[in-house]
Amino acid sequence: MLPLDIFLSAMANGLMMGAVYALVALGLTLVYGVLHIINFAHGATLTAAMYAVYVAHAALGVDPYLALPGLAAIFFALGYMVQRWVIGPASHGDDSNILLVTLGLSIIMENALLAGFRSDTRSIDVPYGFSVVEVGNLFLSTPKLVAFAGSFVVAALLWLLLARTDTGRAIRAVAKEKTGAALVGVRVEHIYAVTFGLGAACLAVAACLLMPTFLVNPRIGNAFVLVAFTIVVLGGMGSIPGALIGGLFVGVVESLSGLYLGESLGQIGIFLIFILVLLARPTGLFGARA
Amino acid sequence: MSALLQVRGVTMRFGGLVAVDDAALDVAPGTITGLIGPNGAGKTTLFTVIAGFQTANAGSVAFAGEDVTALPAHTRALRGIARTFQIVQPFAGLSVRENIAVGAFLRHPSRGEAMARATAVGEAVGLGPLLDRPAGALTVAGRKRLEMARALATEPRLLLLDEVLAGLNPSEIRDMLPVVRRIRDDGVTILMVEHVMQAVMSLCDTVHVIAQGRMIAHGTPAEIARDPKVVEAYLGHGAARRLAGGADA
Amino acid sequence: MRSSYLPIAIAVAVLAVLPLGTSSNTTLNFLSFALIVALAAQGWNILGGYGGQFSFGHAAFFGTGAYGMALLQVRFGINPWLALPLATLMGAAVGAAIGALSFRARLRGSYFALVTLAFAEVFRILANAWGFTGGAAGVLVPLRIEAANMQFADRATFYWLVLACVAAGLVLTQAMARARFGAWLVAVRENEEAARALGVDSLAVKLRAITLSSGITALAGGLYAQKFLYLDAGIAYGSWISVEALLAPIIGGLGTVFGPLVGALVLLGLGEATKIALGHALGGAVPGVDLVVFGVLLILCVAFAPRGLLGLGANVRRLLRRPV
Repeated sequence: MLPLDIFLSAMANGLMMGAVYALVALGLTLVYGVLHIINFAHGATLTAAMYAVYVAHAALGVDPYLALPGLAAIFFALGYMVQRWVIGPASHGDDSNILLVTLGLSIIMENALLAGFRSDTRSIDVPYGFSVVEVGNLFLSTPKLVAFAGSFVVAALLWLLLARTDTGRAIRAVAKEKTGAALVGVRVEHIYAVTFGLGAACLAVAACLLMPTFLVNPRIGNAFVLVAFTIVVLGGMGSIPGALIGGLFVGVVESLSGLYLGESLGQIGIFLIFILVLLARPTGLFGARA
Repeated sequence: MSALLQVRGVTMRFGGLVAVDDAALDVAPGTITGLIGPNGAGKTTLFTVIAGFQTANAGSVAFAGEDVTALPAHTRALRGIARTFQIVQPFAGLSVRENIAVGAFLRHPSRGEAMARATAVGEAVGLGPLLDRPAGALTVAGRKRLEMARALATEPRLLLLDEVLAGLNPSEIRDMLPVVRRIRDDGVTILMVEHVMQAVMSLCDTVHVIAQGRMIAHGTPAEIARDPKVVEAYLGHGAARRLAGGADA
Repeated sequence: MRSSYLPIAIAVAVLAVLPLGTSSNTTLNFLSFALIVALAAQGWNILGGYGGQFSFGHAAFFGTGAYGMALLQVRFGINPWLALPLATLMGAAVGAAIGALSFRARLRGSYFALVTLAFAEVFRILANAWGFTGGAAGVLVPLRIEAANMQFADRATFYWLVLACVAAGLVLTQAMARARFGAWLVAVRENEEAARALGVDSLAVKLRAITLSSGITALAGGLYAQKFLYLDAGIAYGSWISVEALLAPIIGGLGTVFGPLVGALVLLGLGEATKIALGHALGGAVPGVDLVVFGVLLILCVAFAPRGLLGLGANVRRLLRRPV
């Protein structure tokens, strides 16, 4: 391959991966925008969703794409219940408590998965796992293209939900001014839980789109969670378009730095961007809070 | 005698809004000086600039003859400018005495001295029986006293009181006035933002009036009360004339 | 005043006689390990407990201390008795640098937690990729059992060395809590703006706190390296120590002198018990079950015992003392 083709192929792979990152970041940014908290259990929830896809395929023979609606619904319900009956009551409304409770949840999930599945890396075998689409000189993986498109569809659906439905209006009201929303009859605890459920459902969708080409182990969520945080910080806390653009950008940066720096150092690019963004834009970050 | 605090040309903008516009004021040593004005006039903003919590877009603040415009808040406290907050901010996890000691530690690095100093200041503002209570358990009046005690424990030369009487009932206000006077008598110069007019009239030697970000008048409380500009600032354009007319009729 | 150090003396005396009651190497190893975690947690508690700045990345300091200790010996031939204080200083320097960057940028709450986590990850990836640190293969400190080499024939001796460091940590914490610095640190935790109004240079206070905190945690890392004589990036800079250094004070009692020690002993004791019990029940070791217990404990503590086990104990005593 020509150097240019290698570059373009890395770009394309970065964009496709970036779309999935964006999907993971969407859940995080939605929860942040409404509850004003960072959900540290986000990565572990993604791991759990990926194992759910794995089990559905390995034990029940369900194709990941077919499992998508069911898993999204199940994870919505789980997210709803965890926020409503665990995180909410346990944290007494204190931000640093929420931080600790979600950290605790993440430790529990990650290690329960480790206990249950051991540290082996697992993947699933689907007939279309290695199929490609030829675009010019590039061969693009079909499941990755599906993931790319799927992420945009989910983002669009989420945007429609927020913009056009009553629940969406209630979510936006709570995000802006929860006391005011409560005064006009919005059930804030319910809306919090719905938002959390939506965040978890995004992860279930991401897991279904990822698994045909990706692998899963109990710590895989960690790889995504900091990436997702980076995207959310880059794109602006609580912003859906920000998450999409940030996700694509980070995907490309990761892919290119992997190409030029090698696999293990490639990851550093993400963390350094993350640290730089946090250090350089603190006012922007707190602006979102105030 | 030259002024302890000199504010010159201070301007503070928030986006397009000019909160304080070219403000100047002097505070003479040993006095209680009031800063009054309608809601949103820029009193608290001017206070935060004097105490060093915000940097003004223009202008200067001089304290005891030295320019302190560029100094951060904690350095100004070390120089002798202490402030209280309109919304009281106790260290909720600490006892009343420990709260005051945080201020006392500024000039007394040893724990024993700082605690002794905290006890003395606490008793002076009437918190004696409550010194070992958690600060979070105090009433509003108690918290206002704690705000003052903490600031006083830094042994300031200038004390900035931001609405220490707001939220108190008339009898609590009556109890507080001698406390403020005694602080002045002990040699601490006071600049106070206040809405409770009887208190301003009774306590202050000089009053500055700010309206819509501009200083519009200063003088003794009696002069200020007669000043038509001040009456208009509070009651609206033409109010002074209408009041005068009403008196004629 | 002197009486406030009495509980420390009693606790250290009790811990000091423990090895006399056992000759089991497993028990001694466990106790040494628990005290190393306790020491790392004492470091975290200065910044997180007293200062209210929750770091999720104390592994950055633990790992720097551990690698410093191992590499100064292996690569530079420095005696471990000198390497240990040097490694501590290296950890403190890393802490000061991270603190200067993040506190100047006014990061706090979740953002401070995130940025410390990211720094720890950067260190882990670098240590894993760099030949100087031994890369993925790790670094092995040669076995040479001599007191002059800080390697002892009797495991109890090393335990006492760790205990001495923990005791120093307790005394330091107690002295700090009673000093001006401690009062200012707590004031900054409770309300930074009000503290600044009282002349507290909040940035300087936070910087001192993170430097002290990271130094203590780095000392724990150095002891860890010398205890096990082997390191890799996942051990030294792994998230396990970030999590345990944070959990122990929260479970024991945040911002208290004994919280980290009590928390570490309870935490690791429970973890060990769970591992053994489940191992017996399921016929083999199950990885991760101890951490599941830690996570549950963390949530239970936040929900029901915000002042940790020590706070819970104080409440119980108060209830018992109350006349019926």
